[in-house]
Amino acid sequence: MRSIVSAEDISYTYPQDENQASPAALEHVDIKIEKGEFVAVLGHNGSGKSTFAKHLNAILLPSGGAVYIDNMDTRDQSLLLAIRSRCGMVFQNPDNQLVATVVDEDVAFAPENMGLPPEEIRRRVDACLETVGMTEYRDRAPHMLSGGQKQRIAIAGVLAMEPSILVMDEPTAMLDPSGRREVMSAVLKLNREKGITVVLITHHMDEAAMAQRVIVMSRGKVALEGTPKEVFSKVDEIKSLSLLPPQTVELLWRLDKKGYSLPLDRLSVSECADTLEAFLKAKD
Amino acid sequence: MAPLLTAEDLTYIYSPGTPFEKAAIKDISFSISKGEFIGLIGHTGSGKSTLVQHLNGLLKPSSGRVLLDGEDINASKEASRRARFRVGLVFQYPEYQLFEETVFRDIAFGPKNMGLSENEIKSRVREAAAQVGLDERSLELSPFELSGGQKRRAALAGVFAMRPELLVLDEPMAGLDPVGREEILACIESFRESTGSAILFVTHSMEDAARVSDRLIVLKDGAVLTQGNPREVFSQSAELMKAGLDVPQVTRLFMELASRGIPLSPSVYTVESALEEIIRLKEGGQC
Amino acid sequence: MLKDITLGQFFPGKSAIHRLDPRTKIICVMAFVVSIFVSSSFLGYGISFAFLGVCIKISGISPKTVLKSLKPLIFILIFTGILNMLYTPGRELASFWIFTITAEGIRNAVFMILRIVLLIASTSMLTYTTSPIALTDALERLLSPLKKLKVPVHEFAMMMTIALRFIPTLIEETDKIMSAQKARGADFDSGSLMDRAKALVPILVPLFVSAFRRADELATAMECRLYHGGEGRTRLNTTVMTSLDFRAFVLVGLICLASCLSGRVVSF
Repeated sequence: MRSIVSAEDISYTYPQDENQASPAALEHVDIKIEKGEFVAVLGHNGSGKSTFAKHLNAILLPSGGAVYIDNMDTRDQSLLLAIRSRCGMVFQNPDNQLVATVVDEDVAFAPENMGLPPEEIRRRVDACLETVGMTEYRDRAPHMLSGGQKQRIAIAGVLAMEPSILVMDEPTAMLDPSGRREVMSAVLKLNREKGITVVLITHHMDEAAMAQRVIVMSRGKVALEGTPKEVFSKVDEIKSLSLLPPQTVELLWRLDKKGYSLPLDRLSVSECADTLEAFLKAKD
Repeated sequence: MAPLLTAEDLTYIYSPGTPFEKAAIKDISFSISKGEFIGLIGHTGSGKSTLVQHLNGLLKPSSGRVLLDGEDINASKEASRRARFRVGLVFQYPEYQLFEETVFRDIAFGPKNMGLSENEIKSRVREAAAQVGLDERSLELSPFELSGGQKRRAALAGVFAMRPELLVLDEPMAGLDPVGREEILACIESFRESTGSAILFVTHSMEDAARVSDRLIVLKDGAVLTQGNPREVFSQSAELMKAGLDVPQVTRLFMELASRGIPLSPSVYTVESALEEIIRLKEGGQC
Repeated sequence: MLKDITLGQFFPGKSAIHRLDPRTKIICVMAFVVSIFVSSSFLGYGISFAFLGVCIKISGISPKTVLKSLKPLIFILIFTGILNMLYTPGRELASFWIFTITAEGIRNAVFMILRIVLLIASTSMLTYTTSPIALTDALERLLSPLKKLKVPVHEFAMMMTIALRFIPTLIEETDKIMSAQKARGADFDSGSLMDRAKALVPILVPLFVSAFRRADELATAMECRLYHGGEGRTRLNTTVMTSLDFRAFVLVGLICLASCLSGRVVSF
C-alpha cells in the first residue's frame, strides 16, 4: 500500500529558455507523506520546493520517476480531474486565485466545475466558509478584503472540492503578520480537526515549526528531514543551507558554543524559558 | 543640527465628505536628521503607506506640513518637484514598475527625469548598479530576464540613481526568502555608506527594524504609538504586542523569563545581546 | 483617484423588480426598447413613462439616481434636439440666417429626446437592479441555444466574469504604478500631446506585464479547481422562472402593445 502522497525518485528539468534564469530542477527526489500528516517543506528560493509542489497535482509531470496521489499516477491524463480534486492547491498570491466578484460565488467555483447539484454546492460553500471563519464576508467583493482574508477564501475555494490533501505553495509570503496568523490557524485547524493532509511550502521557520515533519530542500534534493526539533537542532547544517533556525535555538546553540552544554531542541518560547530557568538557577 | 525633514501634525483624510470618509493618519509629527536610519513600524492599516507618500509630496496632507530643510514641500509647484527628487520613495514590490528595454535604461529613468547630462546619467547608473550588486552584463539585459531577487535590486537601483538625501523604502523585503532579505538589507547599507543619506525603512517586522535602525517610530491606527531608540521602544514590548505587532522571539523569551522572576532586562531584541545578558547573569551567579 | 470610480452600478435590494429572474428582466427591457422605437405617439410615450415610473417606485431606487444616469448624455440630448429642430421640413414657424424652425421640427426634437431618455432610463433600471454576475449568467443562459452553432457563449460569459473581478484590482494597480513612476520624477500632466502619450509607456508596460502574469497564475489556479470549460458545469445560484416572472411578461407585453398601438387611436 502506497502512502497518500508518494513521489518516487522523481527528476525534472525545466525546458531551457536561453536567457531566462531557469528555476531549480529536481534530482532523484523521494518523498512519502502519510494520511493526516502535516509536512512543511523548507528551502531558499531556487531549492526546488515549488517545483516539487507543482508535481503533486500534475501541474508539472516528472521527467523521471513517478508521483502517486492516493495510488493514482499523475502521468495518467484520464485521472487528472480525480487527482486535482483529491489534492487541492493554494498559491502565493491570493488575488490571482479568486475568480468571481462575490466571495460566495468564488468558493462555489470548483463544485460548479464538478457538476454538483445546486443544493450540494450551497452546502459545501457554507461549510467551507464556516471552516475558514469567513461566513460573515460571504456577500463581499474579494477586492475589498485584506490579504489574509483573501487567502482564507482561496483556501475555502479549494476545500470545496473536499480534498484529502492540501498543498500550499508559500501561502503566507505576501501577507503581513496578522494575515499570516489567520492563515496558519486555519491550516492547523484543517489538519487537526478535519484530518486533512497538509503539505506547506514555506520559508518561514516559525510556520515550519508547527508541522509534524520538516523537509529541507536544496539544489533540487532533499537535504534534511525529520521532526522540527530534529531538523532545527542541526544548526550548522541549517545555516549552511542559508536558512535561519528559530532565535531560541540560535541562543541555546551559541551558549553551547561558549561551553555551556544545553539541549538545542527548544523551539517554543516556553520550552526555552524552562531550559534557561533551570540553567540559570542551577548551582554549578 | 537642523533636521533634514520634519513632519508637523500630518493628517490625511480619505474621501472627505462621503460616507467613506476616514482619517488614514492623524496628527503625526516626527523629524529625520541627515544620515539617520529610522525604522517605521506598523501593521497593515496603521497608515504607514499613506504616511510615506506625504514625504515626497505624492499625497498632500489634509492638514499639517512637511518641511524639507525648513521649506514646506507643498508651498509651490517647484518646491514639490524638488522634494520629489530629494526624497526617494521605493514602493512595495518595486519590481512591478520596471518597464524599459534594458536594465540600464530603466535605472536611468529617474536621473533622466531630473534633467541630468548624458555623462552624469551614465555614471549614476553605474554607481547605483554597483550599490545593488548588479554586474555590467546584466545592465544590458531586459529587466524581465532577471531573477526575482535581481529584479527587486534593479528597481532599488532606479531610485538609488537619483541619489536622494532621504531614501524611503516601503516593505522592501516583502515576499523574499532569508537570503533575499539579507541581500536587500546589504544594498541599503551600501547606498547609505556611499551617499551618507538618511533612510526611512518601513516594515511590519520589529525584528528587521530593530537590527538596522538608530531610531524607531511605531504607528498604530494612523497615530504614533511610540518613538525612540530600539532599547527605549522595546522596553514597552508588552504594549507593542497588544498593538498587534510581532516582537522578536528572543524578546518574548526574555519577557517570559522576567515574569518568572529572573532579573533580566526585558528590552532585549537581538540574539547577541540576549547571549551577553544570560552569560553576565550566569557568571555573576545572581540567581 | 481612480479607485473612486464606481463600477457596475448595482444597488442591492429585495423589491419585486430585484427578485425577477435576470433573464426576465433582459427580455422585458428588450421588448420595452423595441416598443419605444415602434411607438410614434406622445400618448404611447406617456404610457411608457408612466410604466417606467411605477417600476422605479417599486424598485425603491431613488428617481434622482435614475436622473443621474442621464447626466453624461446631456450633450447628446441637446445636440439631437437641435438637429431635429432645424432639419425637419414642414410648416415654418421662424427663420433666421440659414436656419428655419418648423412645427414638425419641434415635435420631432421633443420626441427624440424623450426616446433617448426612455432608452437610457430603462436599461439603467436593468443594471441598477441586477448584479453584473447575474446579468452575465442570464446572458449565457439566454444565448445558450447559439452553442449549437459553435458560438463560444460560455467562454464569453467567463471572460466577462473575470473582467468584472479584475477591473478593480487592475485599477488599484494602475494607481500604484503611477505613484511609483511619479516618485521617479515621471510627469503625466504637462508637455505636448506626444509627450503625454510617451509618458504613458512607463505605466502601460508594467500594467501589461502584470496582467499577463495574473492571467497565467489565474489560469493555473482555475485548472487546479477543476475548470474544464462550460461542459457539465452547474451553478450555485440557478434562478427559476416563477409566477412573478410570467406576470411580468404579460404586463410588459400589454404595456408595449398599448404604447405601440396608441398612435392609431389618437393622432397626437
